[in-house]
Amino acid sequence: MKFSKLGAVAVIAVIAVYIRAIYFTPIEALQGAAQKILYVHAPSAWVGLYLAFGLVAIASVLYLWLKDPKLDRVAASSAEVGLLFSTVVLITGPLWAKPVWGTFWTWDARLTLMLFLWFIYAGYIILRGAIDDFEMRARYSAVLGILGAILVPFIHLSVYFFRTLHPMPVLLKPSAPSMPREMLVTLVSSFVAFTLLYVWLLRERYLLAVDHDAAMGAHS
Amino acid sequence: MQPSVLPGVLHPRRAPGFVASTLAIARKDMLIELRSRSVILSALAFAVLALTIFFFAWDPTAVAPIDLAPGVLWVIFTFSGLLGLHRSFGVEQPTHAMDALLAAPVSREAIYLGKLIANLGFVILVQAISLPAVALLYNVPVGAYVLPLIGVVLLAAVGLVAVGTLFSAMAVTTRLAELLLPLLALPFFVPVILPAAQATARLMSGRAVSEVAGYIELLAAFDIIFLVVCTLAYPFTLEQ
Amino acid sequence: MSLTLAPGDCLALFGPNGAGKTTLLRLLGGLLRPTSGSAVIEGVPLPGGADVRARVGLVSHQTMLYDALTARENVEFAARMYGVSDVGAAASDVLERLGATSFADVRVRLLSRGMQQRVSVARAIVHSPSVLLADEPFTGLDAAGAAALTGMLAELRDSGATIVIVTHNLDEALALCTTAAIMREGRFVRLDHAPIPARDEYTALYRELSADAA
Repeated sequence: MKFSKLGAVAVIAVIAVYIRAIYFTPIEALQGAAQKILYVHAPSAWVGLYLAFGLVAIASVLYLWLKDPKLDRVAASSAEVGLLFSTVVLITGPLWAKPVWGTFWTWDARLTLMLFLWFIYAGYIILRGAIDDFEMRARYSAVLGILGAILVPFIHLSVYFFRTLHPMPVLLKPSAPSMPREMLVTLVSSFVAFTLLYVWLLRERYLLAVDHDAAMGAHS
Repeated sequence: MQPSVLPGVLHPRRAPGFVASTLAIARKDMLIELRSRSVILSALAFAVLALTIFFFAWDPTAVAPIDLAPGVLWVIFTFSGLLGLHRSFGVEQPTHAMDALLAAPVSREAIYLGKLIANLGFVILVQAISLPAVALLYNVPVGAYVLPLIGVVLLAAVGLVAVGTLFSAMAVTTRLAELLLPLLALPFFVPVILPAAQATARLMSGRAVSEVAGYIELLAAFDIIFLVVCTLAYPFTLEQ
Repeated sequence: MSLTLAPGDCLALFGPNGAGKTTLLRLLGGLLRPTSGSAVIEGVPLPGGADVRARVGLVSHQTMLYDALTARENVEFAARMYGVSDVGAAASDVLERLGATSFADVRVRLLSRGMQQRVSVARAIVHSPSVLLADEPFTGLDAAGAAALTGMLAELRDSGATIVIVTHNLDEALALCTTAAIMREGRFVRLDHAPIPARDEYTALYRELSADAA
């Protein structure tokens, strides 16, 4: 695979963030070194939950409207990359939870939401694999992509009826973020680096889909 | 006036109304089910078997049946519902009867809603039998709160059937067919089963109806939004 | 390819498998959208709305019947889908015309393929369509059934319906049609308006035109 400029930038950014996270960001007093997982966990959740899923939903709506195969490829690529990042969230979550909460898995609202998001992504990809016809695959997955986006807030609401252990996302708090400045800078840069990583992977996956469709003789 | 095709015979017609065609499709599906009884019988057999197995899967001295009952009830509703939903568009498959429906002058939304009404009928029938069965066999006195409980059950049934009918339409035409339906539908059942089971548990432990109002609102919101969205989405699953 | 049919015309479409006959028929039935070009029924471009679909009857090579229901219930359901006013009378009438009265109240599952085919045709014409699209309507019919169907289709044609038949049965189709076409790879390779060459001559032609297809 040709390594694009975007890819190089994304990888360098991620490496830089981790050098900073490991060597130049203070260790959290209560949680110790385990807290450093935050810099993988939180940006992955940002990409998996908001960026990737948002793009799937938007590309799906646009596909049903414009019927442009490019939009279907964007949605499919975003779903696959989104599945990757959600998997990272689901792996880093328990790794972090074990030393801090004393258990690998809890049916905490945010973890549960992420798990179901993962199921929706997985269902989306399995659905695509079960249809041969290009046009039908695009229509079905667009419908599922849109319904999934509507489902997420409902899962969110229903799991919130359970008590949650999970800290509220520190960045989105309306008051001043409750985190030392160095940590915050590292966290924000990890978001930027992961966003770049997402855009790069999305582009590579999209180009792969173009090649694949060209090889299958499908629409241009 | 249309030309008569058969000499001397014309069967007068006008475009069938939305409600009339919806009900005709629902009636047709119910008639098929009445004849074959495949959905009702398999769903009921499943319900009774699951009820028995669940009872013996737990140690009755450790977990009181009344604590078990809400979970058992909703597991039974979920999976017996899936059994019926799969047949919904499955009955159109063997002879490509779907082509005839699509070639007829009925709106696509009426096809979806007709199927939905029939499915709702099956699910409610299965619930009407398994709810008393659970109450009886698990020794849960439901008399005091039977109306709010029925309300929760009905609200949940609408939500399950709304998304389930749409996914049934999609799943039957894929290579995985019925295997795909639970995979697609179950994540969508979560925001229905979760509040419904919680509300059931609270009602069964004697809490006031006002304490479950939040769950009921959540169920109602799910029903309204997914009924509308799935009705609008169904035509997009069809070849145009 | 381009072709216009008037009321009372009957087009027979022949061609080897995969020639696009069924696709053309599905397109006319409003089940497919043309990727290029256009098809028009009574002035409305396809796929039209419910108005156009109401005027078309469709016989597919699948029976499109529900096998748990009786013949009559199937036909009555179709009549309801097309908004026929007196559903019961219309169903009895078409079933009788197709010689299906004796098994009208038997579940379709228990009927032979030939009997099912008659019910399937009854289903397609219960709403008095002005255009009838028939894909292999002779499938599974014995000689008597085929003769009954041919007579029925001739009656339809003479009363002013437009009929399109896709078939491999040259004999029945040539007896009925006013226009005959041979399709290959999605286009007409031969188009004859009445008078169509005699049966033997046309059979030879058809063999020749479809032979080198593979």
